[in-house]
Amino acid sequence: MSLIVENVSKRFDTKHKKTHTLDRVSLEFKKGEFICLLGPSGCGKSTLLNVIAGLEKATEGRILLGGKEVKGAGSDRAMMFQESALFPWLRVIDNVEFGMKMAGVPKEERREKALKYLKMVHLTKFQNSYVHELSGGMRQRVALARALTLDSDVLLMDEPFAALDSQTKNILQLELQQIWWETKKTIIFVTHNVEEAVLLADRVIVMAANPGRVKKEFKIQLARPRLLENVDLVYMVAEIMKELKEEVEKVAKAEYDSDWNIEKDTVLSNTSDDMGIGL
Amino acid sequence: MTIWELVYRIGVDYLEIWKSYTFPSPFAVIKTLFGLIGDNTLGIAVLASMKRIIVGYSISIVIGVIIGLTIVRYKYLDENFSALILGLQTLPSICWLPFAILWYGLGEGAIMFVIAIGSTFAISIAIESGIKNVPPLYIRAAKTMGASGIKIYWNVIIPASLPSVISGLKQGWSFAWRALMAGEMLTATVGLGQVLMVGRDLADISQVMAVMVVIIVLGLAVDKIIFGRIEANIRTKWGLDRG
Ligand SMILES: Nc1ncnc2c1ncn2[C@@H]1O[C@H](COP(=O)(O)OP(=O)(O)O)[C@@H](O)[C@H]1O
Ligand SMILES: [Mg+2]
Repeated sequence: MSLIVENVSKRFDTKHKKTHTLDRVSLEFKKGEFICLLGPSGCGKSTLLNVIAGLEKATEGRILLGGKEVKGAGSDRAMMFQESALFPWLRVIDNVEFGMKMAGVPKEERREKALKYLKMVHLTKFQNSYVHELSGGMRQRVALARALTLDSDVLLMDEPFAALDSQTKNILQLELQQIWWETKKTIIFVTHNVEEAVLLADRVIVMAANPGRVKKEFKIQLARPRLLENVDLVYMVAEIMKELKEEVEKVAKAEYDSDWNIEKDTVLSNTSDDMGIGL
Repeated sequence: MTIWELVYRIGVDYLEIWKSYTFPSPFAVIKTLFGLIGDNTLGIAVLASMKRIIVGYSISIVIGVIIGLTIVRYKYLDENFSALILGLQTLPSICWLPFAILWYGLGEGAIMFVIAIGSTFAISIAIESGIKNVPPLYIRAAKTMGASGIKIYWNVIIPASLPSVISGLKQGWSFAWRALMAGEMLTATVGLGQVLMVGRDLADISQVMAVMVVIIVLGLAVDKIIFGRIEANIRTKWGLDRG
């Protein structure tokens, strides 16, 4: 089942202002592909993902999944958000079962499958806990398990690790690669972190802002599992960073006063552990 | 209790600021209390009052929920009626009594009306704000898991708004309780409020005090045992008590 984004434009018209968030975005995702959408913040990454999920309607264009036009949200496109979006009134196990409950799966079967996926994210010990008893990383694991139970071909992830500390993030990135490998899902992963994109993706799509559109695509043909220290990976990160820097600079110029200069206020040239966090 | 007795001794016996019929001693109150229990006055009054408040409160829940849901559903109503309802809620419900008496006569109907109107608005406001404050993210997440329409209402919106709805119900109960007492005192039908008034009419300060104690104990009991438990349960589940 391939996923096609066909000529999608999105405008938001509110009382105060009109924004042109996406401009004729066309993309094609192959089954089982891992794609990262990368771009400066505000370029429309989340909006594009929401349109694919069916949570937002495209102003123009359409989304095709397996040849059929997508109308509204559905469990054939599971989604994970930056916040876990777990329900605080349910125990972990019931949270994981939620999607299956909506689909009318019988109790026994639900429990069994929920446990299977909880095991995949290593949290069976916490099945009876409530959400507030879990750390941020554990919540995202539960959210991942909950998304996996839907058995969708497509998994949409909107900066799911952005709020986590870097150690937890690194572990989850590795595990996600593993799970993607086992489940063979098509994953569309939004991030503003270049390293994360190169580490995870088969293909990185760099987006431009105002209006949001596809700027350039990079195929990442590195062996897996990938490590951040790998020389080829570092090279690739630098390549993509060049492309992105131009975009970030443009956005910043539009936002800040005219005397702002990226060389003076270096946002990107420091290569600490979290490149691109200042985007 | 000891403080009360001490205050009574000093105030009445030594300083003679109060006469013994304006400030009762705790022993007199307890004696009266047993007297009222003994001749069944209290039992009958409590039953009558409880019956009234349960009916009145139930009516207000039904109407409050309907108003709350309607406001959430229709934006137009929201814009025009929310302020009105907020205003109505600040009006002590006993102010409705003249209306109620005109409409229902001086009796059961009037008291029910005053009880119901006392808590209806608090409940409808709680329902409305509870639903409006459900994080949109929960609903979006549920949609991507294949839920829609009534399923979202049942499985997400209702449980998510429960903490706010419960505190609204609790507040509604306390309004209803006050309205009940005021209504009974003014209309003199059988009930706790009326026993209190009889005490006043007979200048029996111990009886007044005894009934006040009963009113406080009953009010607290419902508040703490019923609503308190439900609230505590939700708060620990959600982790709202931390920090
Ligand atoms: N619901 C909305 N109403 C109005 N404008 C919106 C809405 N959602 C997004 N936008 C606009 O679209 C732009 C892109 O937002 P978003 O997709 O969240 O960007 P990103 O995820 O890349 O940071 C923002 O500048 C924002 O102003
Ligand atoms: Mg975003």
